[in-house]
Amino acid sequence: MPMELSTFFQQLANAMSLGSLYALIAIGYTMVYGILRLINFAHGDVFMLGAYFAFYAITLLAMPWWIAFAVALGLTAVFGMGLERMAYRPLRDSPKISVMISAIGASFLIQNLGVVIFGGRPKSFPSIPLFDTVVRFGPVSVLSVSLFIPVVTLVSLIVLLYIVNQTKTGLAMRAVSTDLDAARLMAIDVNRTVSITFGIGSFLAALGGIMWTMKYPQLNPLMGVMPGLKCFIAAVIGGIGNIQGAVLGGFILGALEILIVAFLPELTGYRDAFAFVLLIVVLLVKPAGLLGKAQAVKV
Amino acid sequence: MLKIDNLSVHYGGIHALQGIGFEVPDGKIVTLIGANGAGKSTTLKAIIGLVAASSGSVSWNGEDLTGMMTKDIVKKGVVLVPEGRRVFPNLTVDENLSLGAFSRTDKPVVASDRDKVFSLFPRLKERMKQKAGTLSGGEQQMLAVGRALMTRPKLLMMDEPSLGLAPLIVKMIFDIVREINKEGTTVLLIEQNAKAALEVADRGYVLETGRITLTGTGKELLADDRVRSAYLGEAG
Ligand SMILES: Nc1ncnc2c1ncn2[C@@H]1O[C@H](COP(=O)(O)OP(=O)(O)O)[C@@H](O)[C@H]1O
Ligand SMILES: [Mg+2]
Repeated sequence: MPMELSTFFQQLANAMSLGSLYALIAIGYTMVYGILRLINFAHGDVFMLGAYFAFYAITLLAMPWWIAFAVALGLTAVFGMGLERMAYRPLRDSPKISVMISAIGASFLIQNLGVVIFGGRPKSFPSIPLFDTVVRFGPVSVLSVSLFIPVVTLVSLIVLLYIVNQTKTGLAMRAVSTDLDAARLMAIDVNRTVSITFGIGSFLAALGGIMWTMKYPQLNPLMGVMPGLKCFIAAVIGGIGNIQGAVLGGFILGALEILIVAFLPELTGYRDAFAFVLLIVVLLVKPAGLLGKAQAVKV
Repeated sequence: MLKIDNLSVHYGGIHALQGIGFEVPDGKIVTLIGANGAGKSTTLKAIIGLVAASSGSVSWNGEDLTGMMTKDIVKKGVVLVPEGRRVFPNLTVDENLSLGAFSRTDKPVVASDRDKVFSLFPRLKERMKQKAGTLSGGEQQMLAVGRALMTRPKLLMMDEPSLGLAPLIVKMIFDIVREINKEGTTVLLIEQNAKAALEVADRGYVLETGRITLTGTGKELLADDRVRSAYLGEAG
């Protein structure tokens, strides 16, 4: 099969935007894991909520899109902090398995509340001209939102790395994620630090969710399940706990998915299985993930 | 003054502290000695709120610390250099010191305190940008002490600072403990190295399986037959 150059660029653009979205969501998993050694199974559902909040802010409250997005991002961040407060903090000193069960419970609760409140029928996201114009580069045509997505992701990543590595809050986050008790001895407010981490992770999930619904303009209460699972895998592939790793994992997963579907169309039906195959392969070769450090299990 | 009264701690079914009481008067060095597993670390953790007391009380200058969060206790000037040093290995020496001063807002004084730490431990200055995990054990202990000093402790508690260190470094650490104390910081020192601890201490307490069995001045305990045979490795 001769590959047209234009096809290649077309798919590259798709891969870049899907990879960016995966990266944004994967960051939330990795940050929460880094700080609490907890897999926040509800993260995909937080992503879904971000999209719905934006949807209702535009359709129900008739807000201009940029105000609606800001409101949705803020609300989702607060929701994520509330989730931590109610589902995880009371179990901070409980066995890992209890926290995990709580996370799975929270995920089901949010999904089912979504079905009850938003309705199970898919909704279509309103059109925003800035984001759903088709842009042509010669034979290559992409939706304008697909051009925004990598840029927004890059900017978010830069801001995030600045916060983590250059600010006092970031220093507290790094301390808490290394040694909880030692962080307490530094007079760090551990609860506040964990809360901020959930806030940031949920903000990024909402950002991903909103851009996702503009690219694939449908919403349903279970829309977070598959991206959530894949982005968790992306975070593990990159080395869970490592922000750059999550981004790398997100891009690898996004790119592979698009390219395999594009160039081996007969495998399209297995699209969602690639992530798992990749996960197994990476874990066999590098058990700590691509950028993760081999780490002794904490006892 | 730190006052411990009838303090008990349980870990599940283990009764690790069985109603101990002692005092650390202002400006003094007090030491708690005892064998491995006696409950020394548990005592310090209970004081600073890392483990919950099941009964009894800890009071600091008349204020009850029991049930308070660790961060709030630290802000009151009660600071712990934990067992095993617990520096942040993935952070630089400089960042570790900044964490010591995390709750402080008096920036200029923090800067001069940092200089002071560097003058006490010039080695730390040389390794300022290095990850703490790459330091030797002795350097990590210096960092742990330096980091604690960045908190401006009123009461400095140290959990086995000499553990696993070369004699020269142990001497250096004890010299610095003395110096810190001379400048007005109260010290509560925990050691298995009973001799070194009793030599610097104004008062010592012997802890055995969760109970205090003996107390006296450092000199008295050094001369006590039971201490000599059990903790100083001498025939009784
Ligand atoms: N986290 C814990 N869980 C259960 N038991 C513990 C824990 N920490 C300490 N213990 C037990 O409590 C007792 C006192 O321990 P510790 O205070 O560490 O003694 P020391 O510091 O004097 O060596 C020991 O029997 C120890 O096994
Ligand atoms: Mg101990």
